[in-house]
Amino acid sequence: MSAVIPSGTGQIVPSRGKLRRAVSRGNLVIGGLLIGLIGAIALLSLVWTPLPPGKLNIVQKLKPPLAQGLLGTDHLGRDLASMLMVGAWNSLSIAVLAVTMGAFAGTLIGVTVAARRGWFEAIMMRANDVIFALPPILSAMMLGALLGTGRRTAIIAIAVFMVPVFARVTASAALQVLSRNYVLAARGAGKGGIRITVDHVLPNIANQIIVQVTIQLGLAILTEAGLSFLGLGMAPPAPTWGRMLADAQTYLGRAPWLAILPGLAIALTVLGFNMLGDGLRDLLDPREKGR
Amino acid sequence: MSAVPLLDIRNLSRNYASGGLFGGRQTTRALDDLSMTVAPGTIHGIVGESGCGKSTLARLVMALDRPTSGSVSFDGEDLFRLSDRDLKRKRRDFQMVFQDPFGSLDPRHTVGRIVAEPLHVLKVKPGRAERRDRVAAMLEAVGLSPDHAARYPHAFSGGQRQRIAIARALITEPKLVVADEAVSALDLSVQAQVLNLLMDLRDRRGVTFLFITHNLAVVDAVADRVGVMYCGRLVESGPAQAVFARPLHPYTRLLADAEPDVTRFGRPDRPPVTVAEPIDFGVGCSFRNRCPLAMRRCATERPELRSLEGGPQMRDRQTACHCAEMLLEMNTPV
Repeated sequence: MSAVIPSGTGQIVPSRGKLRRAVSRGNLVIGGLLIGLIGAIALLSLVWTPLPPGKLNIVQKLKPPLAQGLLGTDHLGRDLASMLMVGAWNSLSIAVLAVTMGAFAGTLIGVTVAARRGWFEAIMMRANDVIFALPPILSAMMLGALLGTGRRTAIIAIAVFMVPVFARVTASAALQVLSRNYVLAARGAGKGGIRITVDHVLPNIANQIIVQVTIQLGLAILTEAGLSFLGLGMAPPAPTWGRMLADAQTYLGRAPWLAILPGLAIALTVLGFNMLGDGLRDLLDPREKGR
Repeated sequence: MSAVPLLDIRNLSRNYASGGLFGGRQTTRALDDLSMTVAPGTIHGIVGESGCGKSTLARLVMALDRPTSGSVSFDGEDLFRLSDRDLKRKRRDFQMVFQDPFGSLDPRHTVGRIVAEPLHVLKVKPGRAERRDRVAAMLEAVGLSPDHAARYPHAFSGGQRQRIAIARALITEPKLVVADEAVSALDLSVQAQVLNLLMDLRDRRGVTFLFITHNLAVVDAVADRVGVMYCGRLVESGPAQAVFARPLHPYTRLLADAEPDVTRFGRPDRPPVTVAEPIDFGVGCSFRNRCPLAMRRCATERPELRSLEGGPQMRDRQTACHCAEMLLEMNTPV
């Protein structure tokens, strides 16, 4: 028997659309707060840290959180909180620089491919596939052999890895824009390819690029941590989350917080960027609108 | 007809290549050896069903695409022989209004910027103040308010958007406006407003229109002359009212009979016409598989556009049918 649910039970069943909006609003707010907080800490580390991050204090080594400093000390007695703060700056600055470079080059390739088509498209897109097939760790190793390891190598390796992603996203979005009649109207108004790209294509795909930048920043943080973990990132005295994690392996039993804290920092940053990206997509992407 | 045509289209053909990889290459003839002229200060209608090459014609006349062969002369100059620079300058004299009032306005530009866009082709670019004044004057001319210039397209209805598109097409004071299904997406009442606007522009500013549509009633109402297209060819042309009143091509007649009419609401009182797919035969008449008058000659000999004998009524009229005389006799009221 089907039970008749009396009306006015006071229960409000949110529609799927509302639920979706609420979730995406939540993503945006939580992601934004996480990234804002980590960014603020990174910037703060430029002017202030509890202790100089490189200062050794062997006597007070491997202290748990709160026993020495806020978050304890590592195997050389360095202050973990200070190292994490500077590590945040190192990770974020590398990620932001690499993604900016990758997004710039990729977008340039993408809009050119969309405007030119033909053999140019075929060559560029196959070259993209080749680059995309190489894992960034491998390209960092090859670049490291060429340029020496360090900050610059890490940035270039990650940037190169980002180019094909942006090239593809931009090319497909730009093709969509180019098929619209307002582009035909612009050609009828005597505008050339570059003018149309600047006036019509870029403003209409900016949202998709912004969303992709956010998502790629998370990926760049993860890649940078991986590179440092393998010793392909920034040179040693500079603290990075990846190397802190690598150093902590030896002391996993005695001092688990040495691994947990930088791991948590990486995870929270990546999570923050991904949530921000999802939230922005729902907010900005016209395809999601009007559902 | 006045002596010098504004638009002179000669033997225009456009093939599109399709397929590849597994399907093998195929060429589709969107336009097949089409010739026509448009006199200045008239509304010249082009009708035909979907896929008959109407939009290809519009794109070629606008020099947005290049023909496989043939030429388009505008105001005495062959558009496809001009240098890029000269073509850009020439563009101030011919502009286009697109079918879809939603896709033809960039959602990220203000109405003012959209309407001002073609000013880009002028040799002396107007300053900001002059640009604003011209946009305001143009918006008023199409029945919008100058305040609308600051808003974005999404704030407007379909009819208002089409007015914005018309304002954009007219801001350089062109001699020719190509309107490709410019009113098809609009409600009937809005259609009437826009059509009145076009006729007003013809009468007061002497603007020439190439008015492309599938809607016979609209062409009948506004056009001075009409060309009927089938499979990329012109099959009949003449003064609009005469063509629809007494078609000289079986395809025109089929179109005219298929047109819904307010006086014929409800079920059709005649058997529905058989609709076969248009096929481009390459030889003979393309319409013969749908034609009630088809005979053996139609399969072997391609009918060319020709004038008929028959006195003053037949003047200015052309048809591409072997059996046009037969059709004329059938249609002649006793």
